[in-house]
Amino acid sequence: MELFLYTALFSPLVGSLFAALFGASPKTKIAGIVPSALLGVSFLSSLVLLVLVMGTGLTLHVEMMTWMATGDLYIPFGFVVDQVSVTMMIVVTLVSTVVHVYAIGYMDHDKGFNRFFSYLSAFVFSMMILVMSDNFAGLFIGWEGVGLCSWLLIGFWYHKESASWAANEAFIMNRIADLGMLIGIFLVYWNTGTLQYKEAFAVMPSLDNAILTWMGIFLFIGAMGKSAQFPLHTWLADAMEGPTPVSALIHAATMVTAGVYLVVRANPLYNLIPHVGLFIASLGAFVALFAASMALVNRDMKRVIAYSTLSQLGYMFAAAGLGAYWVALFHLMAHAFFKALLFLGAGNVMHAMHDELDPFKMGGLSKVMKGTFLMMTIASVALAGIFPLAGFFSKDLILEVAFVEHHYIIYSVLLFTAALTAFYSFRLVALIFHGEERYKLFGIHPHEAYKFMLVAMSPLLLLAIIAGAFKMSYFEMVSKLLPATEYHVHSAATYWIMTIGTQLLVILAIAYAYKKYTSRDIAVPDGTSKMENSFAYKLLINQYYIPYFYQEYIVKAYRELSEVFWTKIDQKVVDATVDGIANVFYQTGERTRVMQSGNLSTMLKWMVAGTVALLSLAVVFGLAARYSGEIRVFLSGLGV
Amino acid sequence: MFEAVAFYLFAFLTITMFYIAVTTSQALYALSSLAAGMIFISAFFFILGADFLGAVQIVVYSGAVMALYAFGMMFFDTTRDVKEKQGNKAIILGLSILSAILLIVIVSAPIVGNNIEALYPVGNAGNVQEVGKVLFTKYLVPFEVAAVMLLVAMVAGIVLAGKKMDLSLTLMTEAEILMMKEEDKNKKVLS
Amino acid sequence: MEIGLNHYLVLSTILFAIGLVGVMRRKNLLMLFFATEILLNSVNISFAAISHYYGDLTGQMFAFFVIAIAASEVAVGLGLLIVWHKKHNNIDLDNMSTMRG
Repeated sequence: MELFLYTALFSPLVGSLFAALFGASPKTKIAGIVPSALLGVSFLSSLVLLVLVMGTGLTLHVEMMTWMATGDLYIPFGFVVDQVSVTMMIVVTLVSTVVHVYAIGYMDHDKGFNRFFSYLSAFVFSMMILVMSDNFAGLFIGWEGVGLCSWLLIGFWYHKESASWAANEAFIMNRIADLGMLIGIFLVYWNTGTLQYKEAFAVMPSLDNAILTWMGIFLFIGAMGKSAQFPLHTWLADAMEGPTPVSALIHAATMVTAGVYLVVRANPLYNLIPHVGLFIASLGAFVALFAASMALVNRDMKRVIAYSTLSQLGYMFAAAGLGAYWVALFHLMAHAFFKALLFLGAGNVMHAMHDELDPFKMGGLSKVMKGTFLMMTIASVALAGIFPLAGFFSKDLILEVAFVEHHYIIYSVLLFTAALTAFYSFRLVALIFHGEERYKLFGIHPHEAYKFMLVAMSPLLLLAIIAGAFKMSYFEMVSKLLPATEYHVHSAATYWIMTIGTQLLVILAIAYAYKKYTSRDIAVPDGTSKMENSFAYKLLINQYYIPYFYQEYIVKAYRELSEVFWTKIDQKVVDATVDGIANVFYQTGERTRVMQSGNLSTMLKWMVAGTVALLSLAVVFGLAARYSGEIRVFLSGLGV
Repeated sequence: MFEAVAFYLFAFLTITMFYIAVTTSQALYALSSLAAGMIFISAFFFILGADFLGAVQIVVYSGAVMALYAFGMMFFDTTRDVKEKQGNKAIILGLSILSAILLIVIVSAPIVGNNIEALYPVGNAGNVQEVGKVLFTKYLVPFEVAAVMLLVAMVAGIVLAGKKMDLSLTLMTEAEILMMKEEDKNKKVLS
Repeated sequence: MEIGLNHYLVLSTILFAIGLVGVMRRKNLLMLFFATEILLNSVNISFAAISHYYGDLTGQMFAFFVIAIAASEVAVGLGLLIVWHKKHNNIDLDNMSTMRG
C-alpha cells in the first residue's frame, strides 16, 4: 500500500521535472501529455487509497526518512493517509488531472506551454505534501511550496505589468499570514515539544487555555492568508490575472482551501477553544456576505467567480468554526468540483471571446457554445444549492449546522448570502449565454472549445451533479477521525420549512437574475445609468474601497517610510560610513605611498622605526599590566 | 674579580671593534674588525661556561663566515669607496638609542623579579657532553632540519654564485673569451 | 664587583644598537651583511648569558641554531650578491629601486 502512497505523492513531481526538461524549448505536446498522464496515475493511486481507507477503515502512516533530528527536535518526512487527507488527495488529484488535460487545449497557443505544465505539476506536488504530511513542518513546506507555485502561475504572463503586480501582491499577503502561521507552529512546538499532529494534539488538552487560544489564533492567521479571508482577501480577486486553468485549480479548488484543511486538521485544538471557533465562524459568515456583495456588481467574469470562491470559503470556515469539521470538508470537496467546472467554463468563454472578460459584452453565447453553456449552468445551479445537485447537500448542511447550534445571526447571514450567490451566479450565466448577442458589436466570432477539453471537464460535471449522494457514506468514513456530530433539526416541520424556504428563496433570486439580465435593453454600462451612480454600487464595484485603503494608507505610508530610510539612513549613514571607511584607506594609501620609495635603505629605516614603535607598545602594556591595580585606583580617584 | 675584569675588557673590545666595523669606509678594515669582534664574543661564551658554543663561534664565524666574506669581497671592487650618502644622522642615532633603551627595559624588567624553573638543568658532566645530550634528544628534529637547511643553503650558494662554472677561462681561446664578453654586454643592454 | 645577568643584557643591547646603526647607515650591501652579523651575535650573547644564569641549556641551543641560520644566510646572501654584482656591476643599495611604488 505504501507503493500507492508514494506513487500518488511523487508522480506529480516526476511530471513537473519532465516538463521542466523542455522548459527552454518551444512548445512540445509531450510536455503537457506526460504530466497529465502522471497525474492520472496519481489520481488512480489516490483512488485505491480511498477505497482502502473507506472499506477497511485503516489509515496509512509512513516515515520516508528523517529530516531533522537535533536534540529534542525530531521531524521526519512522514506522510499519513487517513480519512481527511485522502479526501483532499482525491480532490486535488482529480481536479488537477482534469485541469491538466484541459490546459493542453487551453494553453495551446501559448509560448510558455512547457513551463506552464512544469509549474502546474510542481504545484500539485506541493499541495500533496501539504495534505499528506503528518506534521506541522511538512505542512509548512507544502504551504510555502503552493505559495511559490501560485506566485509563479499568477505571474505566468510576467510581461504584463498587472500580472506580476498581482503575483507579488498574492505572495506578500501570504507572507504576512505565513508569519502568523510560523508563530503558531513555534507555539505548538514550544508547548508540546513535538510537531507531529498526533502527539501534539494528544498533549494539548493538558495545556493552559490562554496558550491554546494563541496557538489557535496564530494558526488561523496562516489559514486566513492562504484562504484569502478578510482582511487579507484582496489578493484572490487580483490573482485572476493568471491563466484560467490556474484560477480553476489553485484559486478555486485546492490551494485556497488549504486554510480550511488546516482548521479541520487541527480540530482537536479548536475543539478545546470554542471561543476562537466562534470567531472563525463569525468571520466566515461575514466574508461570505462581504464577498458575495462584491460579486453582485463586478464586471469581470473571472473576478465574479473569484468572489464567489471567497464567499464559499467563508461558508466552509463558518462550518469549521462551529465544530462541524466534516461538513466543512464535505463542502470543500463539493465546492472544488463545481467551482473548477465553473472556472473552466469561464475559460472556454474567454477563449471564444478572445480574452474579453466583461460579461456585458457577451450575451446569447448559448447558441454557439452549447456544451459550455450546459456545464456552466449546471455548475451555477450546483453553486446556488438547488436540489439535487452537490451544492444543495453541502451548503444547506452548513445552514442547518448554524441553525442547530443556535447561532441565528450566522444562520440568517448565510441564508441571505445563499440568495445573493444564486443571484450573482445567474446574473453571470444570463449575461453570458442569454439575451442579445452584444458581442457582434465588437466584431468577435466566438467558437466552441476543443472537444477534448469538454470531455476533460465532464468528470467534474458528473461530480457536481452527484457528489451530494455520497453525503452519508462520506460522513461514515470521516467520522472515524473527526467529531461525529450529525446535525438534525429537531422538529420535522421546521426542517421542511427551512429547506423549502431556502430553495424558494434561491429560485426566486435566480428568477430575478434572469428577468433582470436577459432583457433586451441590457447594454454595456457606460457609467451614466442611475444605478451606477448610486453610492452602494460605487462602494461595491470599488470593493468597499479596501484596495484603495491599502494602497493609500499602507502601501504609500510604507513607501514613504522606505523613502525616508533610503535617503536619510541608508544613503546618509550607512553608505556614507562605508564610503568614509573606503576613503580613509584610499587617502592613507595615497599619503603613505611616498614611503614606498623602493630604496632599501629607507625601508630599513622604516623597519627600525616600526620595531621601536612595537617595543614601546610592549613597554607600555607591560607596565600597564604590572601596575594595573594602581592604575585602577588612580582612575577611580579621577571618577572614571 | 677576574670575571669582572675580563667582562669589562672584552665588552670594551667588542664594542670598539663593532663600532669600527659599522663606521669605517674601508671594506677591509670592516672585515678585519668584524672578525676580531667575533673572536672577542667567543670570550664571553667561555666566561659564561658555554665552552661548546665558544668553540663553534670561533670555528663558524671567524673560520667559515669570514672566509666566505673574504672570498666574496674578491668578486667586488672593494677598493672603490662606496659613497655613503647620509640622510639624517639624528634619526639613525635616535632610533638606535631609543630601541636600545627600550630593549634594556623590556629584557631586564621581568628577569629582576621572576624565578624561572630550568627545563634542562646544566649538569656537572662538562658543557660539551651536556649540550650533546640535549641536542640529540629534545632538539634532535630541529638539529636535523638545521642540517638540511645548511645543505640547501650550500646548494643555493653554489648555484647562484657558480653560473658558467663549466666554462674555464684558462681553457678558452682569446677569441672565445672576447665573444663571451660581447654576449654579456648585449645582454646587459637588453636587460 | 659581581657581574650579573643585567650586565650581559646591557652589553648585548649596546651591540644590537650598533648593529642597527650599521643597518641604517650603510649603503654597501656587503657592509649591510656585516651589520646583520653584529645583530645576530648580540642576541647570541644574551642567549648564552640567560642560559648560564638560569642553569638551563635551552638558551645555548638557541644560540647554536642562530649560528647555523647565520651561516646559511651568509651562503645564500653572498650568492645573490654575486649574481647582482655580475648583472649590475655594483652592490649599491640606492641602485636597487625596482620595488618603487
